[in-house]
Amino acid sequence: MKNLIDIMQLSTDELQELIDRAMDIIANPAKYAEACHGKKLATLFFEPSTRTRLSFEAAMYELGGNVIGFSEANSSSAAKGESVADTVRTVGCYADIIAMRHPKEGAPLVATRTAGVPVVNAGDGGHNHPTQTLADLLTIYREKGGFENLTFGLCGDLKFGRTVHSLISAMSRYKGVKFVLISPEELRVPRYIITDLLEPKHIPYAEVTSLEAAMPDLDILYMTRVQRERFFNEADYMRLKDTYILTPDKLRAAKKDLAILHPLPRVNEISVAVDDDPRACYFKQVLNGKYMRMALILKLLEVNV
Amino acid sequence: MIIGQIKDGIVLDHITAGRGMDIYRILGLDKLDCTVAMIKNADSVKKGKKDIIKIGQVIDLDFTVLGYIDPGITVNIIQDGKLAKREHLSLPERVTDIIHCKNPRCITSTEQELRHEFRLVDREKKLYRCIYCESPAPKVVD
Ligand SMILES: [Zn+2]
Repeated sequence: MKNLIDIMQLSTDELQELIDRAMDIIANPAKYAEACHGKKLATLFFEPSTRTRLSFEAAMYELGGNVIGFSEANSSSAAKGESVADTVRTVGCYADIIAMRHPKEGAPLVATRTAGVPVVNAGDGGHNHPTQTLADLLTIYREKGGFENLTFGLCGDLKFGRTVHSLISAMSRYKGVKFVLISPEELRVPRYIITDLLEPKHIPYAEVTSLEAAMPDLDILYMTRVQRERFFNEADYMRLKDTYILTPDKLRAAKKDLAILHPLPRVNEISVAVDDDPRACYFKQVLNGKYMRMALILKLLEVNV
Repeated sequence: MIIGQIKDGIVLDHITAGRGMDIYRILGLDKLDCTVAMIKNADSVKKGKKDIIKIGQVIDLDFTVLGYIDPGITVNIIQDGKLAKREHLSLPERVTDIIHCKNPRCITSTEQELRHEFRLVDREKKLYRCIYCESPAPKVVD
């Protein structure tokens, strides 16, 4: 593995290797404190995403490495019209690894051609965001002890939510996984997820509109934000944004060991009152994201610890 | 109807009926000085009806483009009045700069230098996706 552009580049074995590494980092952080000494990570964020950028930077610092980069396009050469290929070729001269966020789909793939160093996709428009999926998967692994025989509820914007599509793809490779897809009609998963992924593999799924009705069956509930920027008009957004709000009340019917995940930031789709519930895992997910990014950086830089 | 035999040239056979003119245009056959015959709705054992194009000269053909537009085509190269070579086309694994990605969020929409590349993801469904954004290719193939 030279780059990580799409989560499906990783086999389940490679994924397990990253998870094992992350678990070892969690158990023995001191062992990794100087693992990337003298190495530089470039965070090239052509659109702002403070959380993702900080997670990559924290990951590199905890490995004893350094960080360079920019956090928005107008402070970079892209604002002067430089191509992605030229920008990363330049950066590749300074950095040992690149984490790149870009508003256009496929930009990180373009970057891999000229960077000369490993490129990690830190989100490309509405397309892929593999390190978010790594965070999700480590969280599931730590909460559930594995990936098999789980009933997996995904709720909210399943149409535009890129994290949802990656997660369904990644989870569909494990035995005994069932999906409950909870969304308004307008925001259902794209058809190809059903016709190209779930149906050919005979994976059980249900498309439903009621979060409450689905709740008792779920082992994992993955909540997503209904994002304003994905809508073409304000009226549609206002009508749909409050449809699926998770409250302590709705959780009464849930399993005792449900794990509630959310890629964050949340707006109001999970009531703050849920935060103290032991089943709320979304802040653990943030921390898990850092550990998986550390594991990924080690793997791509081929650092042996 | 009888169309004269070719001594040296190319016969594109088993063209999907109705698609002959598109292929004529895409291959730029209107620009050739040699004899070109377009036969529409010929009887076909395999398909019922087919189109045929006869070109009175051996020209360079892009089999990738042809295979993408109409994978059922048979290309017969005629030399000295005899069949010298026969190619059965198939859908190419990749097509470059034949079709353009229409997704406004795709990197190809802002970076003019990039080649538009599509990868065959499902041969049965004849489905191609953009290698950058994975949008399905605009339909040329039925
Ligand atoms: Zn595209």
